[in-house]
Amino acid sequence: MSVTPDLIREKLIAEIGAIHVDVEDTSPNRCAASFKVLVVSPQFEGKPLLQRHRMVNNCLAEELKEIHAFEQKTLTPEQWEKQKAQ
Amino acid sequence: MLCIIKSTVRCLRSRTWYYGAFQTNTELRSGWARLMCSTTIQKNLEEMVKKEKVVVFIKGTPAQPMCGFSNAVVQILRMHGVDIYGAYNVLDDQDLREGIKTFSNWPTIPQVFFNGEFVGGCDILLQMHQSGDLVEELQKLGIRSALLDREKEA
Repeated sequence: MSVTPDLIREKLIAEIGAIHVDVEDTSPNRCAASFKVLVVSPQFEGKPLLQRHRMVNNCLAEELKEIHAFEQKTLTPEQWEKQKAQ
Repeated sequence: MLCIIKSTVRCLRSRTWYYGAFQTNTELRSGWARLMCSTTIQKNLEEMVKKEKVVVFIKGTPAQPMCGFSNAVVQILRMHGVDIYGAYNVLDDQDLREGIKTFSNWPTIPQVFFNGEFVGGCDILLQMHQSGDLVEELQKLGIRSALLDREKEA
């Protein structure tokens, strides 16, 4: 089963309670399946960056086996509001 | 092979680099040592990540990164004036490329280690750089970021 932005989005919402997910398919820029995601979840609160990224990695463990390049940005709802305001 | 590398270093060092300090003997020695004992690398990852205060696993070399994300790591370190660090090219060794992912339980390259501890990939290093956390983390390693001096000049 090939990885799609929708699949990524659904998993992140279901498994780490993401309230907002942006998935950009960056594959055209590279030689193989590549994605860039923005994940906003209250579950990131109080967690350092590495831990947040590991949460995302664990959630997408199966998909990452097929993905060549993966960029991620992880924000709490508060951080996301602040970023939107800028 | 070694004399080609040495003469390349001489050639590179004689030029004026816009970005400042570039290749160091440490990086070249790491690369050369890796070429010589690639079969033992998988067993030695624990030692490799502690060899220098800063150790990175990238695609390509600091002189010639072969991937945009690896290049970003190299450029960030350069901006902070970190020019002595261990750099391992995963493209030359498939065992290393897979081994480091298992070692740090992290699916992608580049990978950055501070004092033998996994810090993260390109995204994390970039966010640390943007937030100012990287200056602080380097300070904990006893490395003074070049950006601190740049602020003083301004």
